[in-house]
Amino acid sequence: MADKPIQGEKKVFMTGNEVVAWAALAAGAEIMYGYPITPQNEIMHYWTRLAPKYGRKFLQTEDEISAGFTTVGGVLAGRKAFTATAGPGNTLMQEAMSMAEMMRIPTVLVVTQRGGPSTATVIYSQQEVTMTCYGGNGEGLRIVYSTASHQELFDYTIKAFNTAWKYRFPTFILGDGYQSKMRESLTIYDPEAKGIELIPAEAYVGKSGIPGIDRDPAHLRNTYNLEDELYEVVKGHVAAYQRVAPEIVEYKEYDTDDAEIIVVAHGVVSRAAQGAIKVLRQEGIKAGHFRPVTLRPFPVEQLRKKADKVQKLLIVESAEGQLKRLVTDALYGITTPIETLLKPGEGVTVEEIVEKVRKLD
Amino acid sequence: MGAGINPQMPRSWRTDTKPHKFCPGCGHGLVLKALGQAIDELDIQGKVVFGCDIGCSLLAWDFFNVDTVQTHHGRTTPVLVGIKRANPELIGIAYMGDGGGYAIGSQHLVNAAARNDKVTVILVNNTNYGMTGGQMAPTTLPGQKTETTPYGRDVEEAGYPTKGPEMVAAIAHEGAYVARGSIANLRQLKKFIKRALENQIAGNGFSFVEALSACPTNWRTNAAETWAFVEDQMGKYFPIGEFKVPGEKKEG
Repeated sequence: MADKPIQGEKKVFMTGNEVVAWAALAAGAEIMYGYPITPQNEIMHYWTRLAPKYGRKFLQTEDEISAGFTTVGGVLAGRKAFTATAGPGNTLMQEAMSMAEMMRIPTVLVVTQRGGPSTATVIYSQQEVTMTCYGGNGEGLRIVYSTASHQELFDYTIKAFNTAWKYRFPTFILGDGYQSKMRESLTIYDPEAKGIELIPAEAYVGKSGIPGIDRDPAHLRNTYNLEDELYEVVKGHVAAYQRVAPEIVEYKEYDTDDAEIIVVAHGVVSRAAQGAIKVLRQEGIKAGHFRPVTLRPFPVEQLRKKADKVQKLLIVESAEGQLKRLVTDALYGITTPIETLLKPGEGVTVEEIVEKVRKLD
Repeated sequence: MGAGINPQMPRSWRTDTKPHKFCPGCGHGLVLKALGQAIDELDIQGKVVFGCDIGCSLLAWDFFNVDTVQTHHGRTTPVLVGIKRANPELIGIAYMGDGGGYAIGSQHLVNAAARNDKVTVILVNNTNYGMTGGQMAPTTLPGQKTETTPYGRDVEEAGYPTKGPEMVAAIAHEGAYVARGSIANLRQLKKFIKRALENQIAGNGFSFVEALSACPTNWRTNAAETWAFVEDQMGKYFPIGEFKVPGEKKEG
C-alpha cells in the first residue's frame, strides 16, 4: 500500500469529479458516505476505486438524508469524512447540515450544481447558491467555496477539510455540472510536500477512558428546552462565525482598479466574465470583474469598496438572482445601479456578457 | 450488591441527571434501566456511543455516563451507522421511539438491517407519539384513540400497526439478532438487550430489540389500566420473544 496517493506534483488531464476524488485522498479524507446523483457520481466511482488502495473507506447509503447523517457520524467518530451530492440530493442533505451547523460538526460536502427547482436537469446550473449558503432551519453558519476551474476544485477541496476542522463549521465546495464532467489540465500534488499543513481530525465521541470515571462523557445535543438557552448557543455560534469570517473570506478581482463597470460573477461564469473583460477593454470600455470565491462568508467589505466607486454593476449568473440576492444584501445603502444577466440553468458565454455591457454603456 | 434504602441505579447511569426527565409512569426509565444494567454487566461503558432521536427519547441525551449524541427524528440509525463504520471499535446503540424507527426513520432501519450494519437498535414502542402530543404512531392499535384518531384507529383509513421485529427479522441476514421484549418483564427485556449488545460485540451483525412500553400521559390511563394495556392489549398484537438468533438452526 502506497503511503501517499500523490507523490510531489503531477500534471494531469482529468474530469472535475476525478479531481475531487484525488483531492479528498490527498487531503487525508478517511471515509466517504455517498448516494448516487448526477452529475457527482464519478466522485464516488473514482473514490471507490482508489480508496481501498490507501486504506480509506466508503459506504453507499440508502438516500442522501442517510449520506448526510452518516457523514455527521463519521466526523463525530473523529474521521475526516465527506460526501457529495447535487440538486434534490442537496435539498435532502440540508437536514444533516443543519445538525452540523448547530453542533459545529466539520462536515465536508461537495455540491455539483445541476438544474432546479426539483429534478430539473442533470447538467448544469448555479441554482444551489441559496440552498448551500442558507439551507436548513438555521442562520447559514457555513463556509461555501465556489470554484471556477479544475485546479481550484483540487485546491479548495483540500482547503475545505482544513477550513472545516479549523473552524468547525460545515464546509461546502460549490462546483457544477460543467466542472464535474469536462476534462481540464491541472497540477495535483501532495499538500504536505507543498508546505500545506493538514489539520488533524479529533473525535467528539469514543475518546479513551471511561466516561464519568476518567473523563466527562460527551453529551452532544441539538435540542434545547428553553428559548434563552438556544439564544445563548446561537449567539455564541454567530459571534464565532463573525470573528473568523475575515480569515475565511476569499475573492478575486480582474481589472477593477480603474473600472467604471464591474461584472460580478462566481464559479465557471467568472471565466466568461474574465473573457468579456478582455474584449471590452480592447474596445476601450473600462470594465472589471469581481468574483466572490467564498459565497459564505461573503466578501462584503471588499465588494462595497469597489461598488461605491463605479458607475454600474452587472450581476451575471446561471440562476434567477441567487447571487444577486447575496450582492444586494452586501451592498445595502449603496446607490450604484445594478443590472443583471440571469440565465437559470444555462451557461453564459463571453459574447453574451460583452453584448450586455455594450448595451449598458 | 446489598439492597439499600434508595433504589439501585445502574453504574453507567449519570446520577447527577437523576431523577430523570421522563413523565412519571413512562416506560423509558425502565428500558434505560435494563440497558444500563446490560452495559454494566458487559463492562462496556468506555466503548459505548449512545444515540437518541427526537421525541421522548431525546430526554436521554444526558442520561448515561457514556458518550451520547442526540440527533433528528428518525436519523439516529444513520448517525450511529456513520460512527460505527468510521470507528468499528466502538459499540453503537441507536435508541428511538416507534415514530423514529417505523415512520420517518423506517428507510434507515430497513437498510441498516439489510446491510447487516453492526449496530444495536433499541426501539421503544408506546403506540403513540408521546412528546409531540399523543398522535397516532405506526404502532397505534386498531381502535386505539389518539389525537389524530379521536374515534379510534380505523384500519381502513389509517392502515395496520407496524410489526417491527417481524419485519426486521424477515429482511435480516445471518448474524442478525431480533427480539421483542416488554417493560412488563424487565428481566427478560434486559436479557434481550444484553444479547443484542453481545451480538454487536461479537461482530455478527445487526441487532434489534423492540421494547413494549407505556405512555400513561397520552393513554390517559391510571396505573392499573396502564399495566393492563401494556400486558394484555399490546401483548396480544405484538408477541414477545426472539425472532432471529445467530447460528440458530431452523427446520423446514
